[in-house]
Amino acid sequence: MTKEKRNLLIAGTITGVVSVSLVLLGNPANMGFCIACFYRDIAGALSLHGAAAVQYARPEIIGLILGAFVISLAKKEFRPRGGSSPMIRFVISFFVMIGALIFLGCPFRMLLRLGGGDLNALVALAGFIAGIIAGSLLLNRGFTLGRSQQQTPLEGGAISAVFLALLIILLFIPSLLKFSTTGPGSMHAPIVISLAAGLLVGILAQRNRFCMAGGIRDIFLFRDSTLLIGSVMVLVSSLVMNLVTGHFKLGFAGQSVAHTQWLWNFLGMALVGYGSVLLGGCPLRQTILAGEGNSDSAMSVLGMVAGAAFSHNFGLASSAQGTTARGRVATIIGFVVITAIAVVIIQAKKKEAYNGN
Amino acid sequence: MEIDARGLSCPQPVIETRKVLFESVPSVLVLVDNIAAKENVSRFATAMKYDVSVTETSYGWKLDLQKQ
Repeated sequence: MTKEKRNLLIAGTITGVVSVSLVLLGNPANMGFCIACFYRDIAGALSLHGAAAVQYARPEIIGLILGAFVISLAKKEFRPRGGSSPMIRFVISFFVMIGALIFLGCPFRMLLRLGGGDLNALVALAGFIAGIIAGSLLLNRGFTLGRSQQQTPLEGGAISAVFLALLIILLFIPSLLKFSTTGPGSMHAPIVISLAAGLLVGILAQRNRFCMAGGIRDIFLFRDSTLLIGSVMVLVSSLVMNLVTGHFKLGFAGQSVAHTQWLWNFLGMALVGYGSVLLGGCPLRQTILAGEGNSDSAMSVLGMVAGAAFSHNFGLASSAQGTTARGRVATIIGFVVITAIAVVIIQAKKKEAYNGN
Repeated sequence: MEIDARGLSCPQPVIETRKVLFESVPSVLVLVDNIAAKENVSRFATAMKYDVSVTETSYGWKLDLQKQ
């Protein structure tokens, strides 16, 4: 086993254990981490949407970004880069979030839901894989968002500064923020523990280039399982933790913050996979890259926050009762918009190559 | 043969490298400027039975791939 694989095995295991521990300490079931849900909660805390049940400035996200920022500085891997189609990245990320809130979870939470016995996540995994394969085919046909350029440290560090400011507000002037009193937003581990968990996982994910979409993509593109080991270990260790602590509940119905509409669980996560591959990483990876100084990924973070706000302001997000008609329409629009973007880019590349010859 | 993958986000550097390595060229230079690209291209090239030597440069890294 290579050093890379061994490190991913350890990091994945720790991440799974930390995730289930957060649930034991107060987070909603199978939601030790959920990048999509947590950006949604942050959007709510900042009054960007008015869904009272999902408002909380999740310290896990703050920890992920600051953890990646600090460790990349310490390891001289902080590289301010940006300028690779920021607006298109914003739009794709917006729809990635719409898709995630149709399923009710990002790829990270999908693994944690699976580890908790939620079989709806198995359907979503099939959709996620289908979306990744579709996105990979577009990459093979020449899809690109263009090259990034070197940026100033200020540009690269801006997103970390924003989340540091959010942390300061959360700790010292919480009256500026909204806090859910009922629902998933009201369920959380103590702030300091959530922050520490975020920092730890942020550091591990930065060091190991953790990516939920990348693992499946590498298998499809060149039969390499290295990155997938991280995801598999998150699943295995959360499964074991849930079994040991008696939180494992096998089945489709009655799962926490989940619904059983299989078609939309499939399509929602397919949209996430599709968009993630074109962006170059899942929501977790975008979050970590943003901390490392990649301002294109910082745009993805903002796109996800905006997507979450729209999702709740316009009634697109699913609930335990299931999807909404508007949400189903928005999902289809997401596929259409992302595909249209890809077709335009690929056509332009073809023309460029033709003219070049 | 040289592939300039600088500024390309993951996994495009690997896809560009793959296109060239599938034609069984004996040696390729790949220029990358981010760590994930460096690691992914190296891993892929090793899997394709190429020797990889990495040189640090002002913009990032130069990967020298030689068919074993």
